Amino acid sequence: MKSRTRTLEVDYLTRVEGEASLSVRLEGERVTDVRLSIFEPPRFFEALLRGRSYLEAPDITSRICGICPVAYLMSACRAMEDALGVQVEPSLHALRRLLYCGEWIESHCLHAFLLHAPDFLGYPDALSMAKQHGEWVQRGLRMKKAGNAIVSLMGGRSIHPINVRVGGFYRAPARAELESLLPELRWSRDATAESLEWMSRFSFPELSRDYEFVSLRQSDDRYPMMGERVVSSGGLDIAVREWDAHFEEEQVPYSTALQARRVGAGAYLCGPLARFNLNFDRLEPEVQVLARKAGLSVPCLNPFRALLVRLVEVLQAFTDAIRLIESYVPPTVAHVDSPARAGTGHGATEAPRGLLYHRYTLDEEGGITDARIVPPTSQNQRSMEDDLRVLAPELASRKHAEATHLAEWTIRNHDPCISCSAHFLTLKLERV
Amino acid sequence: MARRKKPTLAVWKFASCDGCQLSLLNLEEELLSLADAVRIVYFAEATSVALKGPYDVSLVDGSITTPEDVERIREVRRASRRLVSIGACATAGGIQALRNFRDVKEFLSIVYARPEYIDTLATSTAIADNVPVDFELRGCPINKRQLLEVLSAYLLGRKPNVSAHSVCVECKLRGNVCVMVTGTPCLGPVTHAGCGALCPTYLRGCYGCFGPMETPNTASLARAFRAAGYSEVEVLRAFRNFNANAPAFREESQRHEE
Repeated sequence: MKSRTRTLEVDYLTRVEGEASLSVRLEGERVTDVRLSIFEPPRFFEALLRGRSYLEAPDITSRICGICPVAYLMSACRAMEDALGVQVEPSLHALRRLLYCGEWIESHCLHAFLLHAPDFLGYPDALSMAKQHGEWVQRGLRMKKAGNAIVSLMGGRSIHPINVRVGGFYRAPARAELESLLPELRWSRDATAESLEWMSRFSFPELSRDYEFVSLRQSDDRYPMMGERVVSSGGLDIAVREWDAHFEEEQVPYSTALQARRVGAGAYLCGPLARFNLNFDRLEPEVQVLARKAGLSVPCLNPFRALLVRLVEVLQAFTDAIRLIESYVPPTVAHVDSPARAGTGHGATEAPRGLLYHRYTLDEEGGITDARIVPPTSQNQRSMEDDLRVLAPELASRKHAEATHLAEWTIRNHDPCISCSAHFLTLKLERV
Repeated sequence: MARRKKPTLAVWKFASCDGCQLSLLNLEEELLSLADAVRIVYFAEATSVALKGPYDVSLVDGSITTPEDVERIREVRRASRRLVSIGACATAGGIQALRNFRDVKEFLSIVYARPEYIDTLATSTAIADNVPVDFELRGCPINKRQLLEVLSAYLLGRKPNVSAHSVCVECKLRGNVCVMVTGTPCLGPVTHAGCGALCPTYLRGCYGCFGPMETPNTASLARAFRAAGYSEVEVLRAFRNFNANAPAFREESQRHEE
């Protein structure tokens, strides 16, 4: 029989953050070409940072992404503090973690309820899904709002918070301010557990992938948000400052995003699945129990189940946030001094979508002479394309419209953030 | 009686961080009622539905940085009854307009090993620099309450009620102690209101993310910064950030170039 060739094309991927297209070329049951092209216009952050002050890097880089600005603020601050030899005191570190919990919650809830769940239930968006499942959409929005409330209180506003600086914060909150969040956080923690149970009853397409998972690992027994070491399921265990020797980025002609790979090993995956599989032991015991009850086990190799893993992380973040507020002792100073000096600093933190690495070189006055930023989506781009190669027989067996939807859904599993990656993704699915 | 047809809303993205259109999704309590009041017919970040125009109201997020986008914004303008540009990228070119002060070829080679694959313009410009705009909503990011006001206004056929005074007025309304008095340089006196004087409330000087107010006296503020110990390059950087290409800030920063 003559093998049939066809192309699945998505000119503008929807329900992702930013501009990308997808093209998959199928010959019979084989994928001969996959291109996730990012046409998000490049914004040249690494270049425009040159000549700016080290104190400006957190606010400037936060503008790379309106969905995960806290991640940029945190990775930039940690890289600068590394360059300057500054240590922040534990109570400031705890406040940073609290702020980061807020971002994980708002970002994961946005993705799980508004962007990803409609794929499982067969709707074009959450607004149409709300006609049948209004109660759940409203619950998700309220959980998201609770996350945003943390970011707004700690940061001044939920998008591009203004209260973060190298060395700590401009103003540390009073205990009573933080405690005002508790009732809503407790309600939301319960609502997350119920939502996890609800979503665990969705039907998940079959797919098993042998990813190399990469995430941070913290030295203090906590689930990773701001860690000192980078670990992988392939046995990698390095300090953040050794990043450049182990990971590289390359440019492909069809995309404005660079694609990362592990030196000598190729594609890898960071993000919720990686963190969950490499740090399950660091989830709170009650969160581990609920994850198992939802049918998750380690390792979870099906990217469609990332939906559930995100809710597990939301549960962890609410639990963490409540603990951090209950045990909050206001810091002695809102920020520690961080005078300029020449040097190079490295910082990595876990953005909702995965590991975000920053490196800066500073002159004696603290002027930035070189900057490097590796966002999670450029790291995951190659694995996203590989998912479609592995899914080829399934795509080939379906009608064009269904196959195209499945291809888009496969990309959405990874919650790609295209604004981040450009220096990042479009799906065309080609069938010959 | 025939039911009145719901007005249609489209949301467009150009070069930006997506934060301003995300403000729409951050209207957690109002989102479902908003979806009752308008038909969202194009909003790629939120829905796979994509209907053809004409659109009653288009919100445009992002700046114009590529040859294709110059064409695309013209198409959006043609298909839209009202066009509202939202955020510092759309109203002033955004942080990526820092390229306007440098050589874009140098920028390309710093970020990309193969610059020839990338198609980009030498400048990042506001939507209003490319097509007529009905209203510009400022901020990096915009304030979601102001966004709701603008949408309500156009739905009801009235003008949006958004003040053009400075952040100073908002500080007075909040009863903040002036941070300039305590020695912190602050762009509040020349910056457009809308944030609610957030930075001074958090004991920090305003960094101008809402762009210039109406008729700002930037020269006077620059002198005050110098008197407070800022160097010329620090004054330049203060005016040259998220609204670098807004005319009042651009001209002030150029006065401090060596």
